Amino acid sequence: MSTRLARGGRFTDRSKQFGFTFNGKRFTGYAGDTLASALLANDQMLMGRSFKYHRPRGVVASGAEEPNALVGLGEGARFEPDQRVTTTELFDGLVADSQNHWPSLDFDVGGVNAKLSRFLPAGFYYKTFLWPRAFWKHVYEPVIRQSAGLGKAPHPEVRDADRYEHFHAHVDLLVIGGGVAGLQAAKSAARAGAQVLLLEQSAHWGGRTPVDGGSIDGHDPEAWVAQTVAELEAMPNVRLRLRCMGAGIYDHAYALGYERLTDHRPGAEGPRHRLWRIRAKQILAATGAIERPLSFAGNDIPGVMLASAVRDYVVNWGVTPGDRTVVVTNNDDAYRTAITLKQAGLEVPVILDARPMGGGALMEEARALGIRVEPGRGIARVLGGKRVTGVATCMQNGQGAMLEEIPCDAVAMSGGWSPVVHLWSHCGGKLAWDEKGAFFRPDPARAPSGADGKPFMSVAGAANGHLTLQAALACADGAGKAAAGALGHDVDETEAPSAEAAPEAPLAPVWLMPQGASADLRMKAFLDYQNDVKVSDVQLAAREGYESVEHTKRYTTLGMATDQGKLSNINGLAVLSDALGTPIPQVGTTTFRPPYTPISFGAIAGEARGEIFQPLRRTPMHEWHEANHAVWEPVGQWRRPYCYPKPGESKHKAVEREINATRASLGVLDASTLGKILVKGPDAGRFLDMMYTNMMSTLPVGKCRYGLMCNENGFLMDDGVVVRLSEDSWLCHTTSGGADHVHAHMEDWLQCEWWDWKVYTANLTEQYAQVAVVGPNARKLLEKLGGMDVSKETLPFMTWAEGTLADTPVRVYRISFSGELSYEIAIPANRGRAFWNRVIEAGREWNMTPYGTEALHVMRAEKGFIMIGDESDGTVIPQDLGLHWAISKKKEDFLGKRAQERIDMARGDRWQLVGLETLDGSVLPDGAYAVAPGRNANGQRNAEGRVTSTYHSPTLRKGIAMGLVKHGPDRMGEVLQFTAEDQDETRDELTTIAARIVSPVFYDPEGEKQNV
Amino acid sequence: MCDVITSQTEPSAPMAGALSEGLLRVEALPPQGQISLRGDFSDGFRDAVCGITGTGFPDPLGAAESGDRALLWMSRDELLFLLPYEAATETLAQLNAALAGQHFAATDVSDARAQFRVTGPHLRDVLAKLSPTDMAPGAFAPGEVRRSHLAQVAAGYWLRGPEEAQVFVFRSVGDYAFRVLTTAAAPGGEVGFHEA
Repeated sequence: MSTRLARGGRFTDRSKQFGFTFNGKRFTGYAGDTLASALLANDQMLMGRSFKYHRPRGVVASGAEEPNALVGLGEGARFEPDQRVTTTELFDGLVADSQNHWPSLDFDVGGVNAKLSRFLPAGFYYKTFLWPRAFWKHVYEPVIRQSAGLGKAPHPEVRDADRYEHFHAHVDLLVIGGGVAGLQAAKSAARAGAQVLLLEQSAHWGGRTPVDGGSIDGHDPEAWVAQTVAELEAMPNVRLRLRCMGAGIYDHAYALGYERLTDHRPGAEGPRHRLWRIRAKQILAATGAIERPLSFAGNDIPGVMLASAVRDYVVNWGVTPGDRTVVVTNNDDAYRTAITLKQAGLEVPVILDARPMGGGALMEEARALGIRVEPGRGIARVLGGKRVTGVATCMQNGQGAMLEEIPCDAVAMSGGWSPVVHLWSHCGGKLAWDEKGAFFRPDPARAPSGADGKPFMSVAGAANGHLTLQAALACADGAGKAAAGALGHDVDETEAPSAEAAPEAPLAPVWLMPQGASADLRMKAFLDYQNDVKVSDVQLAAREGYESVEHTKRYTTLGMATDQGKLSNINGLAVLSDALGTPIPQVGTTTFRPPYTPISFGAIAGEARGEIFQPLRRTPMHEWHEANHAVWEPVGQWRRPYCYPKPGESKHKAVEREINATRASLGVLDASTLGKILVKGPDAGRFLDMMYTNMMSTLPVGKCRYGLMCNENGFLMDDGVVVRLSEDSWLCHTTSGGADHVHAHMEDWLQCEWWDWKVYTANLTEQYAQVAVVGPNARKLLEKLGGMDVSKETLPFMTWAEGTLADTPVRVYRISFSGELSYEIAIPANRGRAFWNRVIEAGREWNMTPYGTEALHVMRAEKGFIMIGDESDGTVIPQDLGLHWAISKKKEDFLGKRAQERIDMARGDRWQLVGLETLDGSVLPDGAYAVAPGRNANGQRNAEGRVTSTYHSPTLRKGIAMGLVKHGPDRMGEVLQFTAEDQDETRDELTTIAARIVSPVFYDPEGEKQNV
Repeated sequence: MCDVITSQTEPSAPMAGALSEGLLRVEALPPQGQISLRGDFSDGFRDAVCGITGTGFPDPLGAAESGDRALLWMSRDELLFLLPYEAATETLAQLNAALAGQHFAATDVSDARAQFRVTGPHLRDVLAKLSPTDMAPGAFAPGEVRRSHLAQVAAGYWLRGPEEAQVFVFRSVGDYAFRVLTTAAAPGGEVGFHEA
């Protein structure tokens, strides 16, 4: 059984006991435990079920590479699925549930899949579910969704209880990994004067060296680590972060760090996770190495673990996975596990060493402790179901004939080590195959490089393939100094720390155990635990013609689980290489992509949630609208009042009331969101003649002109009233949503194309509040406010004037978007709210009614005015909208002119703007199509037009609409059939609504009302 | 309608009175006169501008202060002149007169922005949560100016002292900026990266 030892545990504090539950069972552990060590201490070896076959699975590793032991952690607002028990620090009250089991972890119905595994080989889904096609949606997909998947998503209505944030850091050198190599590299670089940020993903410095032993500069590794950390902490140019993983490396030495601040103390004040957005000049990865499993039958039975992990549990947490542990290996390092176990008073019945001659000094040490060593042997199969009960041994070079059955309750396996090259690879660093160590290591000749073509990244220690302590420290010292040198620092000649560790005999690559394992054994030898990919699956893929490792990965799902193949990658491609008869380096690896391990969505979102999910832009009058029950409409990031319903009034009724009051007497609109861009300079007129389709250079000072703006493709982009302020300055009004885009568009042309034109622009949108006073009594209101002459003679239609109204400096524009007598008044924004109050107060005698965007839309539609985004959609040119009058014939050029002359634009039968009236007075559905006879090449019903704007007009007391119709203006009076909103799916025929083509100007076609 | 009736006509700055205290003190500033200046930074431009502002001409990324006025470097052809709100209209007229004959643009943007004073020992760490600007003392010294962003909106930063910055954003997002600054400065969010 797995249990807590009487003593030991570098990380655990046995004076502090924590209670926790797993699947409702109550357990205890100690401060410093991980959930993995605490479960093992309570003999809870079975921790989950696999993804495909629902096989019982236990923990196999001790760190970030763990593929099996994923749990749903926490409850309610702090529930999170797919959490690795090996990287979950224990806290008092922790609640965890195993995943992927039904109805219970011990008895799982899906486990029947395992019995059928012979019939669920690689590519099973692709092969089986191809036919019949209709079965996919109704039969296969629902069943697969039910049985597949790992953790469950949090409840959709529950909101994450924690907060998150980002942090931008700029450093000379980012060192990732706080093992002895990372510490040494940071120290060497910092001593030379570099600003260093050192990240370690776990809660402890020193990596695995204190477990593995040896000595550094004559010290015990643990003492050396403590001393080095103290030295680094004392250096002002060094920053150290624990629980902060280097998650990804990107172009120009940009890196992401993922800091877990309160995962180990939930509910504590402060953010839970912090995403570090790091701009480094150099990056050094000291990310260590990960041990590889061996591929033998039953290597996934709970109790089979990596040899290094077994050692970690004993040394770091005082926990042993078993009383009797068989060690199986192809290298010397695993002997350390046997020695550790033996020294802890546990039984090691045998070490099976696949190498014919066995190992070196460590083997001798094990033998001296009385441990039986069997060279040339391996495991034929592991015995047991939910728990290891023994192993059947065999000759490694045979086919699996059993030599001996050895009872045991744990197996410690080691297939060698793979450097963690992920971060090196994220931004394009290439790998080289190391024949001696049988692993891929970073190729320094093909490093990730920056804008100058020089490498911005290096790798040190085990991550660089230096698996011995001596070599790792020497490499780290050199890499730290080299990084400092690359940063321009003078590096002193100092000695690398001297280290001693037992010498190791070379490993022998073992990709399958035994070498000639029968099909039966290969079908139980797992490569990818989380996705249940076995040796036989990869071999099948090869037989079926999969040669590319990337294709094999997707076909078999090898390495596609949440652990991204940290354990399975090399073993899988070695099996593929063998099956293809192609050397491993030619087969290559799949692509490593960020993040190194999954990071939380919260960390990615940072502070952007709730009220600050996105900026909401508010006008100076926003609070007044709020206090007056405005219903909001988002316009870009602005919030504008849609209408102001009175108590008990529907939105529809409110809109009608607002329109009727405005047309009958007086309305007022907050138009502050309107874009206002100043264009000034000797070339400003010439510039605006290019920006707009019509002529702006000839606009007299004091006048206003409506203008259209197209993009280079000729399509209508924005519109608005342009005002000539002075000899060399114009103010361009844009749509509310278009201001920033139009300003950027102008600057783009000025900075990139016409950089020698003397023009300056300024976005003054926010400088002014703007109030539209609209209706037959508008002039009377302005006269009541007093301060300037707003008479027809002094201020005629399409002119402007500056002056004072209600003791406030104003600029008044006589423009109208409603067809009524209308003034738009610009006020410095700091005075906007006060001015608005004065207007509201003064308007009472005329029942002045504030109106929102919907009333604005209806009134402009009644007048046949187009709306950008309704009548235009990025494919409409001004000519489609009957706006020829606003397109200059005199100008030699303007943006869009050439495009509008292309054949498709000038073809003559483009859909064009018309008004539409239903025969029964009803309102046409928005976006409805006018149906035409016949079907197109895709079998769809032909169409000859569509509705672009449609409203109930309270003024005309019927539905009105605008639309684009083929040859529309030539077909006045014709009746078209438009698709109705509700269609009877069972009938073949469309339900349609009849509407007549009319002029788009429904109200006051002569313009008498606005020109008074 | 529950009209809020007031005959007040005094200008009021966005977020007037807003104040929060956490790792930083965040307070909205009263109306601030601001004039945006574009020009070619020639000697003639410099002389004309400084003759009116009464300040020196700022170095790139810098600010030139004199009493209650300051000239901030915004880009290689743009300056921002800060002055008392009441003085903006008249000063703008003076600048227009002094620069007449040159190609320039001087615009009153006194009402276009929300301004905040943020103070406290965690200043650099909290601002680094919201802006990609290098906030290290060696990279961003007191007296300097940066144009960057504050979470999702454009922002300017004028470092007034080791523990004080003036942050300006467009007025419509003043509420957002205040909330974001307050959130980033909430207790428990200490980072300990920059020297406090």
